Amino acid sequence: MDETVAEYIRRTVLKIPRHEIMEMLTTWDFLSKTQLQTINMHQIKESISQEVVELCEVITSIVNDQTMSNSHNFVFTISGIFSCITGEETDSFNLADFKYNFKRSLRSALKNVTINFREYEDNATWIRIAWGTQYTKPNQYKATYVVYHSQTPYVFISSLRNRIPLLCQALVHASNYHDIHEMELRSRCLDSLKDIVFKRYCQTFQTYHPRPLQERNVAPEKVDPRIIQVNKREKERIQSVNQEVFGEGLQPKIEFAQYKLETMFKGEPEMDILTEKEPFRCVVKFSSPHLLEALKSLAPAGMADAPISPLLTCIPQKARNYFKIKERKGILSASCLGP
Amino acid sequence: MSLVKPFDKLPTLNSAAILLVGTDESQQQQLAEAILKEKKIFKINIHVATSLPLPAERDHIRPRIDLIVFMINMQSKHSLRNVEASLSHMDANFFLGKVCFLITGVGRMNHCSVEMNAVRKLGNLYCSPVLFCELESEGIRVATAQRLLRMLQICAGHVPGVSALFFSSLMKSSIDE
Repeated sequence: MDETVAEYIRRTVLKIPRHEIMEMLTTWDFLSKTQLQTINMHQIKESISQEVVELCEVITSIVNDQTMSNSHNFVFTISGIFSCITGEETDSFNLADFKYNFKRSLRSALKNVTINFREYEDNATWIRIAWGTQYTKPNQYKATYVVYHSQTPYVFISSLRNRIPLLCQALVHASNYHDIHEMELRSRCLDSLKDIVFKRYCQTFQTYHPRPLQERNVAPEKVDPRIIQVNKREKERIQSVNQEVFGEGLQPKIEFAQYKLETMFKGEPEMDILTEKEPFRCVVKFSSPHLLEALKSLAPAGMADAPISPLLTCIPQKARNYFKIKERKGILSASCLGP
Repeated sequence: MSLVKPFDKLPTLNSAAILLVGTDESQQQQLAEAILKEKKIFKINIHVATSLPLPAERDHIRPRIDLIVFMINMQSKHSLRNVEASLSHMDANFFLGKVCFLITGVGRMNHCSVEMNAVRKLGNLYCSPVLFCELESEGIRVATAQRLLRMLQICAGHVPGVSALFFSSLMKSSIDE
């Protein structure tokens, strides 16, 4: 077996926490049960990994299959990439053709790549690509993962900087689309990206109530009658506005929202600096373990006025979390434009 | 919208009413429950509001307010702005000892967005005492509740010989002498 592959297996096993090793090896499913039973779990991890490598000596090319099966262990940032116009699209998607075309297209540009495919139930095809250069072998540790749902025009790519054009070209060629471009949507949670782009989250619709409806049977809280809430109606209004804007149900999980401002600095006319000459460049970044839920809870917690600025609430609808804000021509207010 | 006036209603026998004004509802609820747990000999009513002026609909059932506590969270500029806006909707007679500022969140200095100077200036401008507390800590919460209760007793006139005007002594620091 190739020694880089052996080293890769050894390091991967070392990364797994001790109590999960047996479970992981069973899910990987390339060692038989008898072989698994021969591994002594009570030795130091180095020896365990060495044993696993020895058992794997007999099996070839198992490297890439197993990494894709335990993908939930890997923390990876994914950028959603949008393939926009359909050119000549074939009527039915043929997976074998796609794989063949993709491999051929990528290999014609770069010889040293390792490409592996894996299909999952929900029509998702995972592609693992390890990049090398003309003179070096593919680097198995910094692999790129691409998730493609064949019935949708979306592709999700884990972060890489310098190989995007090559990858996009191969994808376009293999899937028979006309063009591909990058969406400004990034997150650590692949399921949330899918939710936003496939519109699976709870969407809100414009409703008009002259009076707020008493829809839910809220169980009356055990409030001391000596504590009197004076602004109860205002609080109910805030709740209903929040509900209208964010909808019920859990929001998709996003960690960042970045706003690049290219607006003019509005200062006193007496101050000569910065007035009306050049846009004031500034980047505002919001970060949180779960940004959209945090924004949803701002108004009820009393930290902001309801309704919250539409620049923040439009993130799931517009499916982007990186914005460029320019001056609106004529009226001096920031508007949300973007490339 | 009604202006809150300190002396426009008759007091009810053996009871007092306190009004907590602030944006953070959970903090207000915590403080209110702490005040209610204390042992007291008079009946107490706690009104919790987000801002002044108070809505006019329930004005006739509202008792006379004896003490107004403005709660400012140092970590939120929004709460300071809210309090400043509410202060302009009050009758001037309240500022003779029946108003007090309660500041929370000073414990975490690197999360503070409101400056200490702003808060001190507010206290000086409106001639009212400024109290600091951390409501998350049980002991401080109980101590603050006891203090507020004592102030409420005096403001409602339940302590003979002591009036709310004496609270100005809480604002002088020994350096000024």
